[in-house]
Amino acid sequence: MRIGIPRALAYYAYYPFIKTFFEKLGLEVVVSDETTKEIMDKGVEDAITDACVPVKLFHGHVRNLKDRVDYVFVPRLVSINAEATFCPKFLGLPDMLSCSVKDFKNMLEVRVDLRKKRMRLFWLCMSLSRRFKKGFFTAYNAYIKAIFSFKNYAHQFLQGGIPPLGIVAQRKNLPIRLGVVGYPYMLYDSYLSLDLIKKLINMGVYVVTPEMVPEKDKMKQAKKLKKNLFWTFSNSVVRTAYHFFENRCVDGIIHITAFGCGPDFIVDKVMELEAREKNMPYLTITLDEQTGQEGLNTRLEAFVDMLKIKRAKKEAALA
Amino acid sequence: MRKVSFPYMGTSYIPIAKLMKAFGNEVVLPPRPNSETISLGCKFAPEFACYPFKIVLGTYVQVLEAGADTLVSTGGVGPCRAGLYTTLQEKILKNLGYKFEMITLEPPGRHFSDLMASIKKLINARLSFRDYINIGRFIWKELTLLDRAERLSHKTRPLEAKKGETTRVYKKCVDLVAKAESIKELAEIEREMELLYGGIEKKDFDPVKIGIVGEIYVLMEPSANLEIEETLGELGVYAERSMFLSGYTVSNAVMDLFHMAGERDVKKLASPYFKEMCGGHGRESVGNAVHFARRGFDGLIQLSPFTCIPEIVAKSILPRVCEESGMGFLSLTLDEQTGKEGVRTRLEAFVDLLFAKRKKMRLSSAKSQLAKEMS
Repeated sequence: MRIGIPRALAYYAYYPFIKTFFEKLGLEVVVSDETTKEIMDKGVEDAITDACVPVKLFHGHVRNLKDRVDYVFVPRLVSINAEATFCPKFLGLPDMLSCSVKDFKNMLEVRVDLRKKRMRLFWLCMSLSRRFKKGFFTAYNAYIKAIFSFKNYAHQFLQGGIPPLGIVAQRKNLPIRLGVVGYPYMLYDSYLSLDLIKKLINMGVYVVTPEMVPEKDKMKQAKKLKKNLFWTFSNSVVRTAYHFFENRCVDGIIHITAFGCGPDFIVDKVMELEAREKNMPYLTITLDEQTGQEGLNTRLEAFVDMLKIKRAKKEAALA
Repeated sequence: MRKVSFPYMGTSYIPIAKLMKAFGNEVVLPPRPNSETISLGCKFAPEFACYPFKIVLGTYVQVLEAGADTLVSTGGVGPCRAGLYTTLQEKILKNLGYKFEMITLEPPGRHFSDLMASIKKLINARLSFRDYINIGRFIWKELTLLDRAERLSHKTRPLEAKKGETTRVYKKCVDLVAKAESIKELAEIEREMELLYGGIEKKDFDPVKIGIVGEIYVLMEPSANLEIEETLGELGVYAERSMFLSGYTVSNAVMDLFHMAGERDVKKLASPYFKEMCGGHGRESVGNAVHFARRGFDGLIQLSPFTCIPEIVAKSILPRVCEESGMGFLSLTLDEQTGKEGVRTRLEAFVDLLFAKRKKMRLSSAKSQLAKEMS
């Protein structure tokens, strides 16, 4: 049995878990190809015009997969903890797909809602394996391996690597440290983000993303906002930014957002106001399916140069 | 004394203002959203904020300039962005240097104590238990009357012989309700309203029926949806909106208190297409569309502000619902750039198509009858 995983949205946040789980269950896992212009165009064709780019991309990846696998795995991510849910587009994703992608009959829809009970994830995995007629012990083994694989993935981030982009470690003694915040599906898709992170690294910048900040440090910032945001990824982004503001461990922050992203209008404005107050350089980059390379390069170079000049001035003043 | 103000939405300002006055506050009436409101809102709001956010922010700036010191608005529990409006608006306005207190009324289901604390802040008069009951009865009556006036205007407008007469009568009714002081007066107005609407000269024909669904603010506030109901009515179309203020109050304030889902039947209708609650009124839009289809409506219009997330989800599902039930579908995305004439052209074309479709249906059914008789 071949099971397809679209390389979009939740994939970048949780793929080691999903992939290991299905592989250890004894299924053949096919991940859709890395994003190309063709996949993007297919997605734009199928999805409705108002949707944000990542959602359009998901449509494209489903098109890329659906004819060569038995099932396409489409998670309906509702929540992974008690405090927040996901963006409404994640909640309605299977419904959107079944209406907008033509002849899409082999969807494996999995509802992930972990807020009510403990061990929900475990039971979810068990019921999923029952669907493929696998025994309890095979499933249990797969679940444990999947958890380890995910923990390993998270640990790699904390060590300063960015596994989805193939970066194992970054040089620590670089002059500029930049916080690059945004959702995993924006940052780690190298076609969508126009290789932004690698570009920054090549400019001699140490990049810190939300995944590279320990969960403990993020939770310390949770009380800063008057009301928690409703979305898991947004909370993570805002808390990371607040962590940077408080500890001053970066020289500047770049926020990467998709055109028309719903939650980000609040996230972006909150961070912008806070950055102004805390005197932290802040740049917002909005991406969509038409963003050009050169425009992005110019802005990144200008921003990094500005930070370098600022640092040089500071050092001169100290000397 | 607190000088209270609140967002403007449809005719809701009448009961809310009366409620605030009865609780012993001074009220700064919000102005009807106009071009100044919208340009103020767009100036201070983030680029991708949805249209209601911009209008409400603009209104706040206007009322704060007019001297208000307390802003009251509703909250929410997500995942629609509207629940976080007040948090961000407060931040933006404080950043602009205004001094005020923001009171957010959270839904009673999950934040009961917060809600009570914020209501307590708003009650600045000594009232007996009986007073509360009376105020409650009066406000409820007023809400239902305003909704009734609106429903009647939707029914009468496509049939009116002289254009613009219904709109005039409707405005008069709203004025009467706004001036009423006691529950007795309201009962009189109810009778008078029937007479006023009854007195409009009507043509006798079966108008094309269109259901309107969508996001609550652009649905309820005529200045945000460019008076779509009036435009449709004048085109000779019976337009019915899926949401009214009194129904909304029941399902979101009263039912929530007892942890019951409001509008259960609508949600059930939506379930074959839309399986998950996704905030806002996305699922209700789909459910109401199914409901309209079952009642034999000819077309469906979806109103949504630009970048509204739940409505985007609904928008990708609604075409299928309409296709399966044979309704026409038009989706209008509204923001500060939308022009009234552009919308009117699209509405006219849509209505013409529905008329043509109806004619064709009649013709084909007549043909089949003829064939039956011949055989």
